[in-house]
This record gives sequence, structure tokens and C-alpha cells, in this order.
Amino acid sequence: MLVLIVGILITLIIESLPSIKSLGIGFLWGKIWDPVQNIYGAYPFLIGTLLTSFIALIISIPFSYAISIYLGEYNPKGWLSNLLKNTIELIAAVPSIIYGFWGLFVLVPVIRSFETKIHVAPYGIGVFTSSLILAVMIIPYAASLGITLIRMVPSPLKEGAYALGATRFEVIRSVIMPYTRSGLFAGVLLSLGRALGETMAVTMLIGNTSAVANTIKDAIFGPGNTMASVIANEFTEADHTVYLSALIELGLVLFFVTVIINLIGKRIITKFTNS
Amino acid sequence: MDARIGIRNTKSILFKGLIVFLAFVITLPLIIVLLYIIKQGVTQVNWHFLTHVPAPVGETGGGISNALLGSLIIVAMSSIVAIPVGILTGIYLSENPHTRLAYYSGLCVDILQGVPSIVVGIVVYFWIVKPLGTFSAISGSIALAIMMLPIVIRSTEQTLRLLPPSLKEAALSLGVPYHRVILKVIVPCGFAGILSGIMLSIARIIGETAPLLFTAFGNPYLSSSITKPMETLPHLIYTYATSPYDDWHNLAWGASFILLMFVLLLNIFTKLITRKWNIQL
Repeated sequence: MLVLIVGILITLIIESLPSIKSLGIGFLWGKIWDPVQNIYGAYPFLIGTLLTSFIALIISIPFSYAISIYLGEYNPKGWLSNLLKNTIELIAAVPSIIYGFWGLFVLVPVIRSFETKIHVAPYGIGVFTSSLILAVMIIPYAASLGITLIRMVPSPLKEGAYALGATRFEVIRSVIMPYTRSGLFAGVLLSLGRALGETMAVTMLIGNTSAVANTIKDAIFGPGNTMASVIANEFTEADHTVYLSALIELGLVLFFVTVIINLIGKRIITKFTNS
Repeated sequence: MDARIGIRNTKSILFKGLIVFLAFVITLPLIIVLLYIIKQGVTQVNWHFLTHVPAPVGETGGGISNALLGSLIIVAMSSIVAIPVGILTGIYLSENPHTRLAYYSGLCVDILQGVPSIVVGIVVYFWIVKPLGTFSAISGSIALAIMMLPIVIRSTEQTLRLLPPSLKEAALSLGVPYHRVILKVIVPCGFAGILSGIMLSIARIIGETAPLLFTAFGNPYLSSSITKPMETLPHLIYTYATSPYDDWHNLAWGASFILLMFVLLLNIFTKLITRKWNIQL
């Protein structure tokens, strides 16, 4: 395992050396990505990745918290709870390519008419559409962890609060939530790690343009590109060394970011379950 | 005083309502996607569809036999690579949980689980595709094997950890050599858990597209040569879904239907096994 990880890291670094050498650190905030002119800047993709992931995260958090609370506290046993839990897990099992395909033919027209209504350019595809699909895809990761954590809250704590006359909502807000806060946060981090690296569904829905949008409205509803989607689209077309290695450098950045986020998340969980 | 309690109770009830609503609403997208794929896909599937290669644009008919065969070969090859390595690593991690090597390999398993699949694709491109000079099925299998490893390792490790230590101690006290204890006592006892881990990992990799883009690449013809490019189900869906032709979209719906059914059945089957043997994954 060690060899595998070190091998992956070394390969990525060696292959991205040409672009690190010729483009320097400025690569990360260069605003223009134009392979024809030999200008490479990662800024559009960094922004695209952050934007899609965070919108997806914001949409998904109420749902994953609701599932955690419902299955962890209100209804932890019984057939209904089992059915719901298995259904949530199936959401994660559906291949991302199928979400992308479905989104392209069903969600895109819906979004397009929605965009016409709120008076933005009706692309249909774009950052917002991919965030919606991403949100659905990442819910199970935060939810299944949240369920386990909320079930681990010691019942004397809850009983104490009930004995003081607290209502169910108050117990959840002032006992369960503070107790599980760090763990639920770790679940959100794991979802974020998933969202950052997700490739296929996003590639099919985001519209793949490397230009930076001028207004916030355009940035959210217009087409964009993420690090993963630009690699997927341009890797086999990259025809000279710097182009190719700039793409690999993006992969390297993606690798580091997801690994760090995942490790922090895992660390928090281990700490939480041990204490 | 009474009014205050009334407000608090109402708040509590409203909150419960909101939670229940949100928790159930999220199953809707899944149900909609499933129904849509089934509706679009089920009419496409017939014997001809399963046994023919895709037709060129403009001709009706055609099937996905190349992708079915390709997915089967590639998944089988990655299982051959990943399952033995994964199980052995899992046994090592559960048998020696406190050594330094185990700590670092455990850490690496965690890292590997978080690596985006597209990055795995890039790396395998430089490891295998570039030296060989051609996209090939074998490189696709290696990429998928890397994706498969962490799931197999973790499930093996966790199943074996749950086994009571007295089991191993009893076998050892009878004078059975260590390797036979592992092979004849530990592994058979945890077999159901290991098996369900393997099935979950297969369900996961069979739908992976990103690592295959630069490795197995895709191939419109029926091919069983592992050193040549090979078509797989998810890659076929990707190329045909993004094409402008209706015939090809239909082909992709059919392929999605088959892929989805396979993945769901594998998942449900795994659930049944784990429930029967009472395993927590």
C-alpha cells in the first residue's frame, strides 16, 4: 500500500515537473487557459471546483442532517427506518455516469425553463445544474456517518434534559447537536472530498468552458469547468509537453486537496469515536 | 406560563415535521432517476441488443455486446489482481493492528480511498499505457484494481476484527501452525463479510468511467484482446450519451438500464448477506 501511494505521488510530481518549471507558482492564479496560445492558468478550474462543491454542500447539508436526526433519534429501529436507510445507501451506489446521463436529458431542460423564469441566460447546463446533481450524490456520505454518531449520544445526557422538562426539539438542539458537532462536521468534510473529485456527472453537465465568468450570476448559472472535468476532457487531446503536464499538475493539486480533506475528516472521526 | 409551553411544544412538532419531510424528500431523486432509466431502457433490451455490436449512425438496431464483454473481462481481471492483495493486506492489518507498518498502511488505505478516480486514471496512463504505447484493457483493469483495493482491505480487516480471539487461541492451542489457523479458521469464519466487501467493490468499480477514459479508452468493435483498447459499459454510455444521434441515445439508455440493474442487484444481494450473517460494514 505504501509503495502504491508513494508511486502515485512520485508519478504525478515527475510528470508535472515541466509545467511547474515553465509556469511557476503563478499557474495557480493565472486567469487565462488557452492551450493554442500556450497560456495556462488554473484559476478558472479552481473557482469552478470550489463553486460546484460548495453549492452542492450547502444544498446537501439540510438533507443529510435531517436524515441523520430522523434515523438517529426519531426513528432508529423498525422496517421504515431500515427501508429509508437502505434507500439512502442506494443513492451512493448508482454510478455517476448514470446521474450525468439522466441530468443531461431530464434535469437540463427543467433548469433551462427555470433560468428563463428568473431572467438569466438559459444555458441549462452549467455550474448550478452540476451542483444539484452533486448534492444528491454526496448526501449518503455525510448522512450514514451522522446516523451512527447521533445513535452514539449517551442516553443519560438526553434523559437528563428530558427530566428538566425540555421538549424534543430542545434536546436535539442543545444536547445532541453540541455533542455530535465535530463528528457531523467530519461527515461534511468527507462529502466535500467526494464532491471535489467527482468527474463524470460534472463533466457531462457543467458545459466545459474555461473562460472566467464576469458576474456572480453568470458564474453560478453559466457554464464552467472543474479541475476533474478539464482533465477528463482535454487529457487525450493534449499535444505538447507543457499542456499535458499542466493538466497533470491540476491532478496533483486535486490529489493533495482531497487527501488532506479526507485525512482531517478521518482524524476527527477517530478522535470522536475513541473519546 | 401555559402559552409558553404551548409554543415550545408546537416548535418541537414543527421541527419534527420538517425533519421527516426533508428525510423522505431526498429519496425522490433516486426514485425518479430509477423510474426514468427503467422506462427508457427496458424497451431497448432484447436478445439482439445483447448480442450485437453498436450499429453505425443511420442504421437501426445494434447492441452493446462489445461493452458487456469488455466490462466483464476488465472487472474480472481487476478482481484477480485486487482480491488476493486486498484480503492479504486486510488479514495483516487485523492481525497486527499495533505495528508501525500497519499504522502507515492503514493511513495509505484511507488516502487511497479518497483519491479522485480521474487521478488514478492519469497515474495508470503513465505507468502502463505510455510504456506499452497503446491504450489497453489491461491498463483499465489495473486502474480499477487500485479503486477496488481499499474497499476489500477495509471490509476484510473489519470482519476479521469482529471475530472472537478465543477462536484463534483455541486453534493455536491445538498445535495448528499459524498459516493454517489463518487459512482454515479465521478466513472461513469471516468469509461472508469478506465476500460482501468484494461484491460491494465490484458494484462500485463496474460503474467507474473516469479512470477508464485514458486507459481502456473504448472500442466500437468486439474485442477480447487485453493489450488492445476495449469498450466498457460506463464508457459506452458516456460516448453515446454525449453524441448528437437519437439512435445512440437509445443505445445508451439500454446500456444504463443494464448497468443500473446489475449494480442495484449486487447491492441488494450484499445487504441480504450481511443481514443474514449480522455483519456491520
